[in-house]
Amino acid sequence: METRELLKWSAQVKLREKSKQEVRFEHGHRMCAGCGAPTVVKMVLMATEYPVVVSNATGCLEVSTCIQDYTAWKTPWIHTAFENAAATLSGVETMYRALLKKGKMPENVKFIAFGGDGGTYDIGLQSLSGAMERGHDMLYVCYDNGAYMNTGIQRSSATPLGADTTTSPAGSANPAGKLQVRKDLTRIMGAHGIYAAQASPSHWLDLMTKVKKAHQIKGAKFINIIAPCNRGWRTATDNSIELSRLAVETCYWPLYEIEDGKLKVTVVPEEKKPADMFFKPQGRFKHLYSPGNEGMLQRIQAEIDRTWERLLKESEQAC
Amino acid sequence: MGKVVAVTGNEAVANALRQADPDVCSLYPITPQTDIVQRFSSFVANGQVQTELLNAESEHSAMSAAIGAAAGGGRVITATSSQGLALMWEMLHIASGMNLPIIMPLVNRALSAPLNIHGDHSDGMGARDTGWIQLWSENAQEAYDNTIMSFRIGEHTDIRLPIMVCMDGFIVSHSIARMEYLEDDEVKKFIGPYQKVNPLLDLEHPKSFGPLILTDLYHEYKRLQHEIMGRVKNVVLQVSDEFGKLSGRKYGLFESYRLEDAEIALVILNSAAGTSKDVVDELRDKGIKAGLLKPRLFRPFPYVEVGQALKHLKAVCVMDRADSFGGYGPMFMEISSAMYQADGEGRKPKLINKIYGLGGRDYMPHDARKVLLELNEIAKGAPVGAVKEYIGVRE
Repeated sequence: METRELLKWSAQVKLREKSKQEVRFEHGHRMCAGCGAPTVVKMVLMATEYPVVVSNATGCLEVSTCIQDYTAWKTPWIHTAFENAAATLSGVETMYRALLKKGKMPENVKFIAFGGDGGTYDIGLQSLSGAMERGHDMLYVCYDNGAYMNTGIQRSSATPLGADTTTSPAGSANPAGKLQVRKDLTRIMGAHGIYAAQASPSHWLDLMTKVKKAHQIKGAKFINIIAPCNRGWRTATDNSIELSRLAVETCYWPLYEIEDGKLKVTVVPEEKKPADMFFKPQGRFKHLYSPGNEGMLQRIQAEIDRTWERLLKESEQAC
Repeated sequence: MGKVVAVTGNEAVANALRQADPDVCSLYPITPQTDIVQRFSSFVANGQVQTELLNAESEHSAMSAAIGAAAGGGRVITATSSQGLALMWEMLHIASGMNLPIIMPLVNRALSAPLNIHGDHSDGMGARDTGWIQLWSENAQEAYDNTIMSFRIGEHTDIRLPIMVCMDGFIVSHSIARMEYLEDDEVKKFIGPYQKVNPLLDLEHPKSFGPLILTDLYHEYKRLQHEIMGRVKNVVLQVSDEFGKLSGRKYGLFESYRLEDAEIALVILNSAAGTSKDVVDELRDKGIKAGLLKPRLFRPFPYVEVGQALKHLKAVCVMDRADSFGGYGPMFMEISSAMYQADGEGRKPKLINKIYGLGGRDYMPHDARKVLLELNEIAKGAPVGAVKEYIGVRE
């Protein structure tokens, strides 16, 4: 689809109308109340106007949506293990091509893998990188909630600097929580020469346009989507969209895309809010507001500023 | 009528895979298997097969992709050795748990550490409990024949299980031997078209593969796997019988060599069985009633039939080219189980266990002779020394 047509699609699309389309991820699953991940999945599938085959890494989404005799998925769906949603789907997609070649499958079937940040940034990185490099016609969606939430909030390489998790706890010897900055996976995926983007459910049109665009591109695609987890973030159950909006507006979670090696910021907040507005409501950062941790807060703000400035600069250069 | 050739085991197996023309080949190189996937890649590049090739970035992903492809609904192959199989271990259970008939030649090689690329059975024995069918092969001909039969066995609708075809690294994979190919059209007809069972790529009837099943039904699910394994033996016999009619080469659950009137015997897998048969003949000429049993179907293990075949003997040595450290050799444990269950008049053969040939250490006729002569003494009443012992060790 041409850019102009995509813009036209974006201009016309109505969330109310979209929500009336056939639901392929049904209610009745067992995700926690207030979890951001099912919203992300619904939005991705709403923007997928094709037959679709889904692969799922082991994780919250997987264990809560397909339990013997029950499935929330009205699409063909496969889960094999934790670290290999991409490799598994690459096999399905290869079989699809083998059968398509023999006239045994229809054209235009889409393939989407869903994995959490643990299954994507950490244990699944090799499998993801391999599948993307091979150029399978598939979209990998990471729903990033910033820790191994399914096993009880352990630190992953997506966990933000300063977060208190069960394996990076803030304590008397280390009052700061996680001491390392998070891995910049979206840019790593962009370095594969594929379409890579970052999105947020708060900015649903931006998210859906990116998914729509990804499906127009033949080959491997990656979209990283923030998905608040009230259990791990220690927040309320009614503000996952509000928090994901704050993540964007503080530039903690910038919205951008990388296409043909060129980076483009897709949403520039009208007013860049201080990081505190995203960090302070979350229990996992509570310790940062105790005396002695001021340096951490400054480091966090500096990291965000540095990353955001760099993105803007690259985005301007690409224009 | 087939064509007589002089080829390596790897070339023979690669040609069996070519003749099967699978839909997807997911691959990753590892010595000594690499030669198979290299050859297969050239078949793809030259249009000799219609297969889609998937160059995975690890064996874990190669098996994951094979699972995805097989779930999709088509014929899938891969191949591996040693560390590669070890890296696949997690996924081997998932392939069998999902009843996906993936065909995988396993070119047997030692496991690290220390690093060693040569042939022993540690890899295959380590995958004993993964729910895969295992066929073991003495030479290139058997590896070729087993590979062709494996499509019919694994894809049989009574079982639908993944299957590994084992042959010795280097000793068979890289040695040129005389063997006979079947014609391409004969193999195509014998294997037949792939039969889909609940394919994931049936878009009209969406299915969920790989659900969470907790305490309520997991146990029942595993019993089902056990029951399906129980049907494999008959499928192997039926397919082998049909293959025998096509090729003139007879295969059973195991091979009995001069066993019926024997008093002593070796139980030994793969290439070393060939060496041992020569020594059995030599001792027979000297009036020693020696015999040999070479297992072919190791998983599921045909306990009753093996027990029946060995129960009349006075002494048996189970030869293991792998060790279960702190236990007996893996084959010895199976034979012990088979003999304990075997019905008889209460008299059972004395059993000893020798560990030989690890990391490709040569197994020579004098090794077989020494063991058989020791068995001969035990048969005459000499006491059993160590039950388990390493042989061919440089002291």
